Amino acid sequence: MSSHEKVDVGAVLAHLGDSVKSFLTTRGIALPVFVGIHTGGVWVAEALHAHCAVAEPLGTLDVSYHRDDVGRTGVRPLKPVRMPASLDNRHVLLIDDVLFTGRTTRAALNELFEYGRPASVSLVVLVERPGREIPVAPDLAGMRLELGPEDRVKLQGPDPMELVISRPNDSLLEEPAR
Amino acid sequence: MSPTQPTLFRLPPAAQCQLDDEGRLRHFLTIEGLPAALLEEILETAQSFHTASDQAARKVPLLRGKTIVNLFFEASTRTRTTFELAAKRLSADVLNLDMATAATTKGESLLDTLRNLEAMHCDMFVVRHHQSGAAHFIVRHVAEHVSVINAGDGRHAHPTQAMLDMFTLRQHFPDFGSITVVIVGDILHSRVARSEIQALRTLGVGEIRVVAPRTLLPREAASLGVVPFKSMEEGLAGAQAVIMLRLQKERMHGSFVPNEAEYYQFYGLTRARVELLAEDGIVMHPGPVNRGVEAESAVVDGPRSVILKQVRNGIAVRMAILSMAMRSHSW
Repeated sequence: MSSHEKVDVGAVLAHLGDSVKSFLTTRGIALPVFVGIHTGGVWVAEALHAHCAVAEPLGTLDVSYHRDDVGRTGVRPLKPVRMPASLDNRHVLLIDDVLFTGRTTRAALNELFEYGRPASVSLVVLVERPGREIPVAPDLAGMRLELGPEDRVKLQGPDPMELVISRPNDSLLEEPAR
Repeated sequence: MSPTQPTLFRLPPAAQCQLDDEGRLRHFLTIEGLPAALLEEILETAQSFHTASDQAARKVPLLRGKTIVNLFFEASTRTRTTFELAAKRLSADVLNLDMATAATTKGESLLDTLRNLEAMHCDMFVVRHHQSGAAHFIVRHVAEHVSVINAGDGRHAHPTQAMLDMFTLRQHFPDFGSITVVIVGDILHSRVARSEIQALRTLGVGEIRVVAPRTLLPREAASLGVVPFKSMEEGLAGAQAVIMLRLQKERMHGSFVPNEAEYYQFYGLTRARVELLAEDGIVMHPGPVNRGVEAESAVVDGPRSVILKQVRNGIAVRMAILSMAMRSHSW
């Protein structure tokens, strides 16, 4: 038996937005650069960017050409990439929807450094779930979902933004730990 | 190559071998037979690699660990160097073999050369050859994992040139259905013209005209889906783009063209003739340009000329083709 669940993320996003604000204050970062990873990460980044009223336009990255599984998936046209001319000495908030294996984050870091040498990069994700395959941890996460290796979570959006959680082997119907 | 020289390599009727079972690019030999959707995908992927002239070029790791051999049996500067840059920006290792001075002149056969390159674990051959069908011939004889890209074979095809010209045209005219494109020059012997016409037709360009002396116009021009003109003035009238072909000097020795001066008088692109194009009309040329033969110097350097833009676009388009052809193989 499998289960399928939809979760509205409005409240989580608002809470995460507040956390980002206090994170920036604590770190003394006055002029951050927000960068969202296509596709879901850009939606989350747009929300956080508006919430924190960041002056610098939102950056977007499509990391497809830096992924280690591109040989399997094939080369596809990229979604629009917008980045400041240089990230030299800037404090970057890298924003994604779900942190799972960490491979997307690695690919994004590789691509980020093509744009210069940032002063710092912090990772902000809407959802953190178990399953890391490389040593990556978020600086800020909106929520943590205790999912098994076969379970899937996907952000749908942008309006409304909803998490779709599917558990193909769910016979116990457990509530996810939040 | 003189036009009477026999073609060594048999040409397959359509290039089915270019695609894998799932319809993805495996080799890139000719535009003929490729679906419009694939050509569109090449153009869109090229857009992803395209950087504005004021931006620094960025490398991507798509072909890391792959080895690409530029196998050029015929002289080339633009095509070879842009293929080399494209491969390097994809992080591939590149070997440039100038076959005119290589082992083949010591008597080694093409097949032996290929075997040796396979033994070095090369993954892709970019081939230019003076014989039509050379790239197809290599596809039939290389190991399964090797991809072959045609960088110009005899009078047959120059598909990457055609795609970079489509990319350049798109930048100026996103709606192909409403434009008229004119190709001027040696249509008969030109692999560029052949590939351009196939690409323009596949992508649904409104009208394709060719302007050439009768001796340089293929007899089957009408069946190519093009409208032939003998007069430049009539051919250029109101067109959005003119693609000038290089007048190959070797043709001068035959009876095809009387002499350069007379050719220029009838078919040279002068400033006055450029004014016959549509207001936003552009001038294209695959290079190298014979100034004062195909076109007036002031036109080549003029505001309508996109010749150097074509060269720059060649890098992004070749990056798209190299990465798409390579992906079909095990990684």
